[in-house]
Amino acid sequence: MSAGTPRSLPSSGQKSIQDICHPLSAEESALSRSPDVLNPSSSAGEKDLSLPNGTPVDTSSPASSSSLLNRLQLDDDLDGETRDLFVTVDDPKKHVSTMETYITYRVCTKTTRTEFDLPEYSVRRRYQDFDWLRNKLEESQPTHLIPPLPEKFVMKGVVDRFSEEFVETRRKALDKFLKRVADHPVLSFNEHFNAFLSAKDLNKRQGLALLTKMGESVKYVTGGYKLRARPVEFAAMGDYLDVFTQKLGTIDRIAQRIIKEQSEFLMELREYGPVYSSWSSFEEDLHDPLEGVAGCVSNCSGALEELTEDMSEDFLPVLREYVLYIESMKNVLKKRDQVQAEYETKLEAVVFREDKKTPVPTDVEKCQDRVECFNADLKADWDRWQNNKRQDFRQLLTGMADKNIQYYEKCLAAWESLIPLLQDKQEAKGETN
Amino acid sequence: MAEKGTNLLKKMEISVAEAEKRTGKNAVNMQETYTVYLIETRPVDAPSEGTNPVPDSLWRRYSEFELLRNYLLVTYPFLVVPPLPEKRAEFVWHKLSADNMDPDFVERRRVGLENFLLRVASHPVLSSDKIFYSFLTEENGWKETVFETGFQAKADSRLKALNATFRVKNPDKRFAEMKHYGDELQSVISQLLRVRALRSAAVVQCESLFVLDSEWSAIEKEMGDGLQSAGHHMDAYAASVDDILEEEEHYADQLKEYLFYADALRAVCRKHELTQYELEMAVQDLTSKKQQREELATGTIRTFSLKGMTSKLFGQETPEQREAKLKMLETQIEEGEELFVKSAWVDVERFKEQKDHDLREALISYAIMQISMCKKPLAPDALV
Repeated sequence: MSAGTPRSLPSSGQKSIQDICHPLSAEESALSRSPDVLNPSSSAGEKDLSLPNGTPVDTSSPASSSSLLNRLQLDDDLDGETRDLFVTVDDPKKHVSTMETYITYRVCTKTTRTEFDLPEYSVRRRYQDFDWLRNKLEESQPTHLIPPLPEKFVMKGVVDRFSEEFVETRRKALDKFLKRVADHPVLSFNEHFNAFLSAKDLNKRQGLALLTKMGESVKYVTGGYKLRARPVEFAAMGDYLDVFTQKLGTIDRIAQRIIKEQSEFLMELREYGPVYSSWSSFEEDLHDPLEGVAGCVSNCSGALEELTEDMSEDFLPVLREYVLYIESMKNVLKKRDQVQAEYETKLEAVVFREDKKTPVPTDVEKCQDRVECFNADLKADWDRWQNNKRQDFRQLLTGMADKNIQYYEKCLAAWESLIPLLQDKQEAKGETN
Repeated sequence: MAEKGTNLLKKMEISVAEAEKRTGKNAVNMQETYTVYLIETRPVDAPSEGTNPVPDSLWRRYSEFELLRNYLLVTYPFLVVPPLPEKRAEFVWHKLSADNMDPDFVERRRVGLENFLLRVASHPVLSSDKIFYSFLTEENGWKETVFETGFQAKADSRLKALNATFRVKNPDKRFAEMKHYGDELQSVISQLLRVRALRSAAVVQCESLFVLDSEWSAIEKEMGDGLQSAGHHMDAYAASVDDILEEEEHYADQLKEYLFYADALRAVCRKHELTQYELEMAVQDLTSKKQQREELATGTIRTFSLKGMTSKLFGQETPEQREAKLKMLETQIEEGEELFVKSAWVDVERFKEQKDHDLREALISYAIMQISMCKKPLAPDALV
C-alpha cells in the first residue's frame, strides 16, 4: 500500500470490545448523518439544484426522492470534506467486430488530485475492464471490502445482452461501483484504479508490473493456519451477513412473485380494454363513452407495464448485487481470520521459545501489525458498508413507493379525464329534452 | 335505476325488504330448504308527519317471481320484459362458491328482485297489469289466479311454434337488426364478465406490497420508522379492499341485468318474426280462400285444390259458414297488422333509451369507483 499517503481513517480505529456497538443494534455509529438535502415533497423541477459533491442535478422528471438519491454519493465518512474526485459511467455504445460484439461505456473523471496528471479524463471501458479492476483491487487491498459488480454471466438465450433495459441496468450498477471506489479513502488512491480511469489503453498486464515494483507489497498468503476463535465483533459481522443473505433471498422471492402477478394481471387488462372497444362499435349513443373506457383501461395497463418493468430493472438487480457483495465480504472475513491465525500460531511458537531474553522476532511483530491493520480497515469498511446498505435499501423502498405513486397518479388522471366525457352527452341530452 | 313516477310507482312504494330461509315439503313430499323474500308495499301519499303506516307485506319465493315473469312474457309478447336475477350463481367471482344459500348471493338476489319489481312497476304498459298487482298484494291464491288465465296453454303453443323452423318472406329490417344487436350485446357482456380483470388493479398491488413491506420491516430495525408507517398505511388500505370488491360486484350486477335484458330483446324479435310469418301465412290462406269462393260462385274451377275436392266429397260448408271463416281470417289479419305495425316497435325504442341511460350511469359510477381506488394510496398520510 505504497501509492501516495493514505488519508488517516476518520473512523474510530481500535475500540475495546465493550465500546463497539453490535452491528445489529438499532443505534448505529455516530458517523451516519442523513443528508438533509433529501426532501421528498420538494418540487426540485424549478430549482437549480446541485448535490453536495458538486454534480449538478438533472431533474427531468417531477421530483421524487429516489431520483435525487440516485445521483447522490453518500459517503458520510468524509464528513463534509470537499470531494476531489468525481467519476461517472455513461454513454453505452455497441461495438461490432468480426470476432465479437460488445458494449463499451464512457468513464468520465474530474479531479484535482495530484496523483492524476490531468484534471479531466474520458475513456471507454467494457465490462471485462471493470472485472479486471475489481480483481486487482481485491488482490492489492485484501483488507478492504471491495464493492460488487453487476453479474458477469447472463444466460444468452434468456436475456438479451444488448437490450436497452439490460444495458441501462448494467450501466447504473457500474456507475455505482466506480463511485463507491472513488469515495473510499484508501481504494480511491489505488494505482490500478488510477490506471483504469486515465489510461488510453488499459494494458491489463500493467498492473502486474506495478505490483512487482512495490517495495512493501503485502501479501496475505493463506497459509492454512487455523483460527481458534473469531473475535466477537467479527463473529457478529459473520452472523449478520448470514441472516441478511437469508432475508435477501426472501425479499427476492417476494419481489419476483409481485412481478409475476402484475404481469398476469397486465395480460388480462390487455384483453379487457378491447372488449369495450368492440362494444362501442355497435352502439350509437354509447359509442363515445365506451371508447373512452377502452382508452382509459389501455392507459392504466400502460402504466402498470411501466411499474412492472421498473420493479424488474431497479429493484431486483440491487438485491442480487448485495448477494454478491456479501459473498466477497465473507471471503474478506476469512482472510482476516487467516492473518490472525498466522499471528497467533507464530506468537505461540515464540512464547514457548527457549531463549526468553531475545526480543520478539520482527516476523511476529509484523504479523501483529498486519492483524491490527486488517481489523481497523475492516471495521471502518464495515461501518461504511452498513451506511451504504442503509442508504441503498432506503432508496430502494422509497423508489418503489414513488413508482407506485406515479402509477396511481397516472390511473387517476386517466379516469378523471373520462368523467366529463361520460357526463357530457347527458347534459346535451337534457337540453334537447 | 328505474324511472319513477309512471303509473304504479306513482301510487305505491315497492321494496323487497328481507330474505329468510324456510324448510318445507315440496311437490313430491320431500324436505327442502328454500329462501323467501319479503315484498313490502306502501301507498305513496302516506302522511308525512306522525305515524308511519305499517307497510303491507307478503312473502314470495323465487319460483313465484319466475311464474309472474313467464305470465308477462306470454301475455305481452312484444314488450321487452325486465329480467330476473340469476337463478344460480353463474358468473362466479372472488372464489365464491356457487351456492344459492350463500348470504352474499342471497343478498344480491334480493336487490335484483327488487329491481325487477321496480322496473315492471315503472313500465308504461306492464305496470297496469292485474296479475302483477295481485302479485304484490295478495299472498294466498295468487298462483291459482295466474293459472286461471290459461296462459300456460298459450305458452306451450307459442314455444312449439317458436322452436319450429320457419322463414319469413320479407323480414322487417329493424327487427332483424335489433336481434343482431341483442346477440352482440350478450356476447360482449359475457366477455366482460368472464375477464378477471374487472378486479381492480389496486387489489393485486395492495396485497403484494403489504407482504413485501411487512417482511422488510421485520429485517432492519434501524429503518423501523419509515417502514412502520408504510405498514400501517397498507393495513388501512387492505381494510378498504372489501369496499372495492363490493363496488365491483355492483358493477357486475348492472352488466348482468343487461346481459339478461339482451335475451329478452332477442325473444321479442323472434316473436315478432313468428307473428310476421303467421301473418304471411294468414294472408296467403285468405287469398286462396277468396279464390275458392270465387270459383264456387262462378262455377269455374281454375285451380285444383285438394280442399275443394274433399269438401265436394265430404260435404260442403254452407255459404254462411264460409263467410264466417273468411271474416275471421280478415279480422285476424287486421289485428295482426295493427299489433305488428304499431305496438311492437314502440317498446323496443323505449328499451333503447332506458339501456343507453342506465349503461351510461353504470360507466360513470365505475369510473368514480376507479378514481376513489386510485386516490386511496395517494392520500397524504400514505406516503412513506
